[in-house]
Amino acid sequence: MTLQITETAPPRTEKKSRRKAGKTPLREQLIGWLFIGPFGLVFLAFLVAPLVYALYLSLFRKAMIGGTSFVLLENYTKAFTDPSFLDGAWFVIRFSLVLIPVQMLISLAMALILDIVTSRFARFSRLMIFLPYAIPAVIGALMWGFLYSKNFGPLGDVFGLFGATAPDFLSRDLIFYGLLNIVTWQWAGYYMIILYAALQGIDPTLYEAARIDGAGNWQITLRIKIPLITPALLLILVFALIGTLQFFNEPKILRDLAAGAIGPDFTPNMYAYQQAFGLANFNYGSAISFALGAVVFVCVYIFLFATRKRGSFLS
Amino acid sequence: MTVTIDAASRRRRPQRHLPLQILLGFLLVYFLIPFWWVVVNSSKDAAGLFGGGNALWFAEDVDFIGNLQELFTYSGGIYTRWLLNSTLYAVVGGVGATALAVLAGYGFAKYRFAGRRFSFAVLLGAVMVPATALVIPTFIMFSRLGLTNTIWAVILPSLLNPFGVYLMHVYVRDAVPDELLDAARVDGAGELRSFLQVALPMMRPAMVTVLLLSVVATWNNYFLPLAMLSDNDLYPVTVGIGQWQGIASANNSGGTSLWSIIIMGSLVSVIPLIIAFLTLQRHWRGGLAIGSLK
Repeated sequence: MTLQITETAPPRTEKKSRRKAGKTPLREQLIGWLFIGPFGLVFLAFLVAPLVYALYLSLFRKAMIGGTSFVLLENYTKAFTDPSFLDGAWFVIRFSLVLIPVQMLISLAMALILDIVTSRFARFSRLMIFLPYAIPAVIGALMWGFLYSKNFGPLGDVFGLFGATAPDFLSRDLIFYGLLNIVTWQWAGYYMIILYAALQGIDPTLYEAARIDGAGNWQITLRIKIPLITPALLLILVFALIGTLQFFNEPKILRDLAAGAIGPDFTPNMYAYQQAFGLANFNYGSAISFALGAVVFVCVYIFLFATRKRGSFLS
Repeated sequence: MTVTIDAASRRRRPQRHLPLQILLGFLLVYFLIPFWWVVVNSSKDAAGLFGGGNALWFAEDVDFIGNLQELFTYSGGIYTRWLLNSTLYAVVGGVGATALAVLAGYGFAKYRFAGRRFSFAVLLGAVMVPATALVIPTFIMFSRLGLTNTIWAVILPSLLNPFGVYLMHVYVRDAVPDELLDAARVDGAGELRSFLQVALPMMRPAMVTVLLLSVVATWNNYFLPLAMLSDNDLYPVTVGIGQWQGIASANNSGGTSLWSIIIMGSLVSVIPLIIAFLTLQRHWRGGLAIGSLK
């Protein structure tokens, strides 16, 4: 678990774990497959099969009259000209563009602070900041929904002290920020822990060496700490990207509280859910699901490929 | 924030980073305020909730017990049922996913076999497939098989955890030396025995982490059970509370009594995982970094 293995690890270990001749390779291969087997079956049944099935379903259309007919890509052309889908997709993209930098900056800042400050209070804070990760998204959204609410929330009282009207984070204008806050609150602690652990893994003699060379704390942070935790930063960026593009739970829960601000087609996933379970339009729902999955997959893969050299988790 | 770090670190030793500690204090308030709100308001009745009193402080009569009683008796005690369902799904799904990940991660790290590189690339690709994209097609598959609206509809898809396999692979590759396994083999241990008695004990930190991540993911899952289940009695607590919340929001007047149950229900539902995280701290703290250190 040292940091030096970042770049050189895979080729080296591959050679190392090639066992001495003497055992029959076929036997070893078989045992290898036996270990992978159980997971492989689950993988085929609950990942490959649904994906293939979604693709298959998405090529058909079910009509009231005439039954199911093969329409090839018609569902996709429909999706990519459907304002509901496009608006939802545009929303999650905009949301990711704001959310991910904010979330990463906050979690990085917190991790850096907790790396420097070592008091009891700091240790306690670290745990408490992480706590929201253990909260189901549904409950987290609900808690914040209460805090935002005019009926139960403290915002009215707090802003009333200054003679101002409280912002309504459940209104059409501010729901973007309302959701932004919830997701940041929920995940920043988890990302902080990942970054903090990476920072703790840095060899402290590096700092001493830098100090002897005249580097201040600020320089150590920028030139040593942050570059060395780049793999961890990339990892959380990928997590955040995958998570945000499939946004569903929070807007679904806030929908009832934020009357009118969140429609049934607010995010692509909510739209797919509505099409499939609200309108029994499984073919179109599958097409949206598959398109969403494919887009996320391609985006993340391209991103990882582009950043591979800097030690992403694909390397 | 940048200024604070700079200033504090320059006057490092004597001040114990006081500005940073104050900043941490503010962060702490932010991260804890929703919990505080729920704790305070789960003690109130409908009058206390809607009466316009201080939302962040207790009302005149603090009635935790009364609300707890109401929560666990409401609608024939359905909430207990939901808690048990959540526990069942999280434990079976989480333990199953972890067992599969341990086996597969070990297999990928310690054996050469045809198709290994290809399978591993597919596995990494699978980490990037959003889980929710699978829900609708899985639902249709399950409905053909008559599995929807059963516990299996939630448990079986929860067994899939490609990221867990990846974590186990990285950990085993770095933490379990080949020499040790070879030595066990020389001493006459079979493949299974060297896995169970040599490798497995060394994999414990990663195992606890993957277990915790899988249990949390299943306990917190909402989309999958929401899509799969239509029977109230099978709901996990997330879907159940989501449903109550929908009912309470729909009829504003009649729903007032339901709100205090929902708030108490939210509080109770987060306690098990918080306890799990606090007690298992020692184990997961190091483990969470596995994927990012390499």
